[in-house]
Amino acid sequence: MIYEKRYDIIVIGAGHAGCEAALASARMGCTTLLLTINLDSIALLPCNCSIGGPAKAQLVREIDALGGEMGRNIDKSFTHIRMLNLSKGPAVQALRAQVDKKHYQMEMKHTLETQDRLDIKQAMVEEILCEGSAVTGVRVQSGLEYRSQAVIIAVGTFMEGLIHIGETSFPAGRAGEFPSISLAQNLKYLGFRLGRLKTGTPPRIDARTIDLSQGKIQESEDVPLSFSYTTGPISGRGRLSCWLMETNEQTHRMIRDNLHRSPLFSGRIKGMGPRYCPSIEDKVVRFPDKERHQVFLEREGWNTSEVYLQGLSSSLPEDVQIAVVHSVKGLEKAELMRPGYAIEYDFLLPVQLFPTLETKLIKGLYAAGQINGTSGYEEAAAQGIMAGINAAAAIQKLSPLILLRSEAYIGVLIDDLVTKGTEEPYRMLTSRAEYRLILRQGNADLRLTEKGYRYGLILEERYQRFAIRREMIELETARLKETRLRPTEQVQRLLRDLGSEGLGKAVSLADILKRPDMTYQRMAALDTARPPLPPDVISETETEIKYEGYIEKQQHQVEQYQRLEARLIPEGIDYDAISSLSREGREKLKGIRPVSVGQASRIAGLTPVDITILIVHLEQQRLRALKQREKRS
Amino acid sequence: MERDTIVAVSTPPGEGALAIIRISGQGAVEIARSLFRTGSAGIVETFESHRVYYGFILDLKDGKKIDEVLLTVLLAPRSYTREDTIEISAHGGMQPVREILRQTLSAGARLAEPGEFTKRAFLNGRLDLAQAEAVMSVIRSRTEAGLKSAVSQLRGFLSRNIEELRREIIGLLALMEAEIDFPEDVELSAVYDESLKKIQGLIRKLDDLIASADKGRILQEGASLAIVGKPNVGKSSLLNRLLREARAIVTEIPGTTRDVLEAMVNIGGVPVRAFDTAGIRATTDRVERIGVERAREVILQADILLLVLDGSQPLTEEDSVLAAECAQKRSILVINKRDLPQAINKEALTEMAPGSSLLHISSLTGEGMPALEAEIASMLLGGEIVLEHITVANIRQVEALVRATEALRTGREAILCGQPAEITAVDLHDAADALGEITGETTTDDVVDRIFSDFCVGK
Repeated sequence: MIYEKRYDIIVIGAGHAGCEAALASARMGCTTLLLTINLDSIALLPCNCSIGGPAKAQLVREIDALGGEMGRNIDKSFTHIRMLNLSKGPAVQALRAQVDKKHYQMEMKHTLETQDRLDIKQAMVEEILCEGSAVTGVRVQSGLEYRSQAVIIAVGTFMEGLIHIGETSFPAGRAGEFPSISLAQNLKYLGFRLGRLKTGTPPRIDARTIDLSQGKIQESEDVPLSFSYTTGPISGRGRLSCWLMETNEQTHRMIRDNLHRSPLFSGRIKGMGPRYCPSIEDKVVRFPDKERHQVFLEREGWNTSEVYLQGLSSSLPEDVQIAVVHSVKGLEKAELMRPGYAIEYDFLLPVQLFPTLETKLIKGLYAAGQINGTSGYEEAAAQGIMAGINAAAAIQKLSPLILLRSEAYIGVLIDDLVTKGTEEPYRMLTSRAEYRLILRQGNADLRLTEKGYRYGLILEERYQRFAIRREMIELETARLKETRLRPTEQVQRLLRDLGSEGLGKAVSLADILKRPDMTYQRMAALDTARPPLPPDVISETETEIKYEGYIEKQQHQVEQYQRLEARLIPEGIDYDAISSLSREGREKLKGIRPVSVGQASRIAGLTPVDITILIVHLEQQRLRALKQREKRS
Repeated sequence: MERDTIVAVSTPPGEGALAIIRISGQGAVEIARSLFRTGSAGIVETFESHRVYYGFILDLKDGKKIDEVLLTVLLAPRSYTREDTIEISAHGGMQPVREILRQTLSAGARLAEPGEFTKRAFLNGRLDLAQAEAVMSVIRSRTEAGLKSAVSQLRGFLSRNIEELRREIIGLLALMEAEIDFPEDVELSAVYDESLKKIQGLIRKLDDLIASADKGRILQEGASLAIVGKPNVGKSSLLNRLLREARAIVTEIPGTTRDVLEAMVNIGGVPVRAFDTAGIRATTDRVERIGVERAREVILQADILLLVLDGSQPLTEEDSVLAAECAQKRSILVINKRDLPQAINKEALTEMAPGSSLLHISSLTGEGMPALEAEIASMLLGGEIVLEHITVANIRQVEALVRATEALRTGREAILCGQPAEITAVDLHDAADALGEITGETTTDDVVDRIFSDFCVGK
């Protein structure tokens, strides 16, 4: 049977990627269907309740700047918020929040349910329907078929999901949920190459059974902070504290004694796990000299007793997990509410995707989120919004939105995935971004909101507010650069009072602000004519000026990089016809099919010579086309 | 299209009376303007296309003349690459050529990739379509030849050394990056003092490497040696002794050698370009005066100086002036005519040039020559250099080493100024990238790997 309503876009999976994809699609005007195995699991946070942190906060801010939902949803539900890396510069400062998990889900579900053009249904997709090499819809478990012009797969860890706890293992999508078996088979049948990854989660314990006096408290900051540009700083909400505890020699001995019962070390787990998110047994084995490891206790919400034990991720048998938890000072009497586990799942090798996240094999089929080999809610959401935008753009005959590595962490994330692929669950790190100083959480809107507006994701009213902020930053920057201070007696005295050196000659206010010991706030007395400005405008202006030299240097590198990015490779290029390419280079190019010379230059194993030859070939083609056009006219 | 400016020596390396250094790109004319002065020491404001200019290339730092050159200007699009092109025709000795190349680099050009001029010629439509395939195979074969030699060069001690230094930088970076990406996991413990010490050590090692690279360069391309002295002390006969043939005209008449004579000689296994200069003295003879001027230029550029003195005569004012000049450079005082009764005041001489070594020879009989040759060789190679250690020779690699050192110096400054980790990391990245250009490794992935192997991070 074919369902009578035709959709523009179907999104499979309602996790963080699926939600963003569905919202972007519907907001851009496409009729959209969101399918989920379980309507009660929308926007579930199956691991910890933390969102943000270095690089990840930047991702959330970018999603928000493009008109996505994650930032707003965090602001509605956070229980704890802090700014990390405060001792470092603004480029790497990052918000990190903990949210009330249930609240987070309910808010997101509510947002989806109030979105026009968006239907949400519970169903398990078993087959992607295609005609030729173009997608036409999906068939669900009940046999019903839905038709659409595009399909976005965002099924997370569900494909061939296999949970391990000690010696036991069983198929599951997540703990307590059905896995998706047929879809993986179907994708293989369609010709996709799948890989296998592993991830894990720690046990949860009952808050009532913890001796908190043994832990070090870490309170939420009560300064007004927020993730979204639209919310404005939030203060005064009931905040939950975290506690810091530690493992000890007894813990480690217990783990070492039971390694033979760990599926990780017995060889039962074949999938590659993330190095940045090691299980406690991994940490004990790899760093035998460390006498203790940190354990953060995080409350999962306002109305629950469940406490997440960050740092104790484990797939050891449940009895060992209990003993390990009990060995921690303060947790001697803790009751486990859910055991930790490891999960293995199939993922789509992401080099099979274009930078739009459309698959190279099937037109109109997109993939986003953990299925592409990433880990993390933020990474998933970032791909979700991009897949949603690009699927909708393709239907509406708009040009695709591909963010460059110099424009956004999202650009780095997707480019890494589709160009290099990944062998472990990919997590965003600031060290992966070569233009990190430019990609700040403070300027995400300056980088991306214009684009979000162009694709219809930013409403007029918000755009106007953004335009005013942008203008204020520009004007204030210009004013600071143009206003000059002469070394008058008064100026010298004021500088001396501030503990800063006097002037040798007239300089601009910007020059003074660049001094390491100076801040915008501190130099108020020297700058009596300054206009009243909102704090976010001041901090952005200050950052731009203080780091101008370094930012300019990166900007220069960005220009070089963008020149190669702008040199596009036509989709139908025949690499076999370029005789002087090396054999290895040709195979790589045919496999990845890069969209630009820039992307090609980042493919591992492709030599500079191959790149030169490719450039020469492209130019040859261009000249030939030009000549033919001349002849015709 | 390609906007940066490239430079390369377009004549084959090694012997040759002339060498051509070619600069192409948007900045070519500007570079010529800053480095070139006409014979009357004037700056050329506007270069005319397809004109040849006579003049000098200057050292940007001190404004001294490096070489006398002919400079050809070919403005876009009437050049091989269809870009603004400057061709500098210089004297063929490796020393001035390298120096000119170095000046163009500091004026903003970068070294051309193999085949890059041809590539630009094609990209700018200078070559027709039929030639394109040929171009591509040329680029391929040239680069592969280049790669092969690069590979063979990199085998051995030095490449391991560079890779080791790069790893040290990566280690430092990993520490900073871990601290940025996992602020709650990594304990900040005296990170900065530690880093500063390590950076300081790295700078020292790189400096050593650059110094040894210079010796490698000497082995490959030859050092230059100038024989100077007042007229008729036996400079030309000394050159003939070194050459083991009569090439310079030797007469009893002072001022016989009016221009600079040069010849390649093998001294203790080191190829040396020896210059026999005109005897330096005040003279009214116009031709001889030009020779004296050229001699002074050669003195400036030489790796090593031999000041020849007549042992049978007392020291003169001219001798002491020359000795003082030689004291500024690596030099040997050669007291010639040992076969005659000695009248020279050795103590006064040592006082005038305290750093220089002093040897007696007779260019007539050949007495003392082996000792002199040994002294030259050891001075050029620093005595204890073992051949296999010297593999960094090419200027591209030396330039990368210099860039790495500069980046580390900036990084050290950044730490001292209290700049945050992500700023210092920019400089360390630059340093690691520069070394990676030699070893062919990329930084980012290595740093990420290192974070996870060095630190226990993550939830």
